[in-house]
Amino acid sequence: MLRFIVRRTLQLIPTLGGLSILLFAWLQRLPGGPEYALLPDDATQEQREALRRALGLDEPFTVQYLAFLRRIAQGDLGASLQTGRPVLTEFWTRFPATFELSMTAMLIAVSVGIPLGYLAARRRGSALDFAAVGGSLLGICTPVFFLAFILKVVFAETLGWLPSAFRLSPGLTRTDITGFVLLDAVMTREWDVVWDGFVHLILPGLALASIPLAVIVRMTRASVLEVLGEDYVRTADAKGLHPGTVRTRHVMRNAMLPVVTAVGLLTGSLFAGAVLTESVFAFPGIGSFVYSATQERDYPALTGFILLIATMYVLINLLVDISYSLLDPRVRAQ
Amino acid sequence: MFTKSSRKPSAALAAAATLALVATACAESEREGSGGDDSEPFVFASAGDISTLDPFFTSDGETFRYSRQVFETLLKHESGGTEIVGGLAEDWEQSEDGTEWTFHLRDGVTFHDGEEFNAEAVCANFDRWFNMTGPYQDGNNSYYWQSIFGGFAENENEDIGEPRFESCEATEELTAVITISEYSSVFPGGFSLAAFGIMSPAVIEQVENEEITGEPGNFTLPAYTQEAGTVAGTGPFRVTEWNQDQAEVTLERYEDYWGDPAGFETMILRAIPDENARRQALEAGDIHGYDLVAPADVEPLEAAGFQVPTRGVFNVLYMAYQQETNEALGDIEVRQALAHAVDRQRIVDTILPEGGEVATQFHPDTLDGWSPDVQTYEYDPDLAQRMLADAGREDLTVEFCYPTDVTRPYMPAPRDIFDVISADLEAVGVTVEATTYEWTEYIPRTNAGDCDMYLLGWTGDYNDAYNFIGTWFSGPSDEFGLRDQELFDAMAEASSNPDTEERVAAYQDLNEQIMEILPGLPISSSPPSIAFAPNVVPPNVSPLTQEEFAEASWQ
Repeated sequence: MLRFIVRRTLQLIPTLGGLSILLFAWLQRLPGGPEYALLPDDATQEQREALRRALGLDEPFTVQYLAFLRRIAQGDLGASLQTGRPVLTEFWTRFPATFELSMTAMLIAVSVGIPLGYLAARRRGSALDFAAVGGSLLGICTPVFFLAFILKVVFAETLGWLPSAFRLSPGLTRTDITGFVLLDAVMTREWDVVWDGFVHLILPGLALASIPLAVIVRMTRASVLEVLGEDYVRTADAKGLHPGTVRTRHVMRNAMLPVVTAVGLLTGSLFAGAVLTESVFAFPGIGSFVYSATQERDYPALTGFILLIATMYVLINLLVDISYSLLDPRVRAQ
Repeated sequence: MFTKSSRKPSAALAAAATLALVATACAESEREGSGGDDSEPFVFASAGDISTLDPFFTSDGETFRYSRQVFETLLKHESGGTEIVGGLAEDWEQSEDGTEWTFHLRDGVTFHDGEEFNAEAVCANFDRWFNMTGPYQDGNNSYYWQSIFGGFAENENEDIGEPRFESCEATEELTAVITISEYSSVFPGGFSLAAFGIMSPAVIEQVENEEITGEPGNFTLPAYTQEAGTVAGTGPFRVTEWNQDQAEVTLERYEDYWGDPAGFETMILRAIPDENARRQALEAGDIHGYDLVAPADVEPLEAAGFQVPTRGVFNVLYMAYQQETNEALGDIEVRQALAHAVDRQRIVDTILPEGGEVATQFHPDTLDGWSPDVQTYEYDPDLAQRMLADAGREDLTVEFCYPTDVTRPYMPAPRDIFDVISADLEAVGVTVEATTYEWTEYIPRTNAGDCDMYLLGWTGDYNDAYNFIGTWFSGPSDEFGLRDQELFDAMAEASSNPDTEERVAAYQDLNEQIMEILPGLPISSSPPSIAFAPNVVPPNVSPLTQEEFAEASWQ
């Protein structure tokens, strides 16, 4: 097991190395440059040239890339061009927001998706099955910004039940310990903050959950259907095992393998999905920062954020593989 | 874990549903009760978070919106207008050659930290800026200083221009004299720029040794610019908190303000980058106002009872002719013909927000120097066709560029504007080849003269016509392919004339000349919209987007 984890962790290095080259090459080739985004429209050509020189953008590609690697090796991701603050600081100030949002979305997706998929499979052809399959198709097809728009019109504007934007109400004071709003508020017993943070998570959480929820419903349904048709299930039923035991130990445990993989991959992709959801809900996380960094050609921030997100993605996949091997002893044996 | 939920899926569903119901019900009760009480915070959404608490280091409009409430400048534009009036200086005079500026300062002004405002405080600020060294001299950290006052006491880099600033002297308790080496039309407008907000001398002393760290491109601004508590200005609001992880700036009314006290006890600035999200947040009651309203949202918002006051115009959109890449455009008759071909009124009526107007010259009439006597080019497609025939250009083909991913205050919906123009041009027999670029590539392309014709515009910083026409026509450039030394000389002469009246008259002449040369066709000026909730008394809205939020209050 330990060897497995070490091996997978070492695989991170070539993955991130390759990614960093791709990323760097891609950013270099983006039209326009930070000298256009950073300076006002009326800046003179001389001012722009001076800024390019100051940023080292006039150096050849390899020189820039090596300088970049050297800095990364020292744990220095540079400073954001938009804010002038270190990229790492920017990342960690925003990470808790995105983490809370992604977890909310995943919680919604898993807690609704798996039972729904299971029920749809058990009652194949029923109205519930039809609704689950149709609904998940709709969930996959609906663009997040449109779903967000509808959610806001209904729950924020018309009903006035939920806030349409932000992570906390403006002006709300809270004690900051870890940056995680809910965690901090529970620790300090600021129940109004817990409540406020929770309420602000619902709409963006739902919007972000739509795609993973749909995928999980479909995967669970398909997987359960497949397992239900397996010989060992028939055998277990035939030898008179308690139906509950058959469902949990034989059906669900086997059916969950692909679903767990999907959940892992989906969790990683939530960070990407957060870019749109967070901008639409003015949720101050990683996503909305990447969005504005793209607009502003904030190369250091983009590079740093994408590298960090990629690292998280790989780490989450590692976790998934580990949990996979716990669920399925066959994986460990290989 | 999954076994549990799979055994009783309906229970989990029910629990989730109950939770959601409870959540929404309680949320409702909390969100009621926005009243007329002035202690309720006024929440205003802008498109981005601020970048520094000390506005000197930035050129970013969102930061200036915050800093204008907290710091005051020697001069400012009148509330809701474009005339330059006294700010911290009650009045001012300039020497005849325009190199010596004497500011008579307001009495009884105090900084938020209790320090007294006087001429020495003013000079402490200017001396600090002038004597900046190291990374402070980087163009990214002192953009406006370099644009207005040139270089520093000791330039450390050959890219930096010669200093225009010479000295600041406190000749009396409330009289400050600023000397510059040579007059330029950036004065007096430059003294009104938000980057030059006056900060308490005690703070200056305190932060004297704080440094910008890092290398170019990797700068980290000093700590005091990132955390509220240190900076102190003289404005009607003081900044009490900048919560960077929520992109939230909190301003509190400054009780000892020398002028009318702020109408709100607390004002909160929040960033909402997405324009639809801003609108929905206003409609949902999460915020009480926002800037950069999409033109298409103005009418629906007004119909729903929101206030969308019309700002004056302070920008211009034009269609440029590149006379060198397409030699047909070097022919004045062709340029005039194309000007007659475009129905600018239709653009104003159908695409621009209310308050937009057709431009007759390269800046709006809100600036001094605007001339009522310029040559105009009425919409007349028949005339256009005849003129093209006369010039022997019936089969004219032009490459026309517009940007794809952007709206600018002067150019909402570039694509729609292009569609109107292109249809008009095709109607008189011109073949239009459309080329699009993303905004960040668009500027370099058009600057380099890669497009025969293109859309671009400009929003002014202060009321001086040279801030507009000087941007384009002060020297040979590839943007227009214009090589008219006579015009350039006249421009230089006008802009270095310290006599305001003479300078304004010269600008009028220049505007007339430019519209005869017709290097491009000015299309329109349009006001960027700002919206407020029904229960707000909005501040005077400013053509320069320099609203003073102290004027606003609850109804």
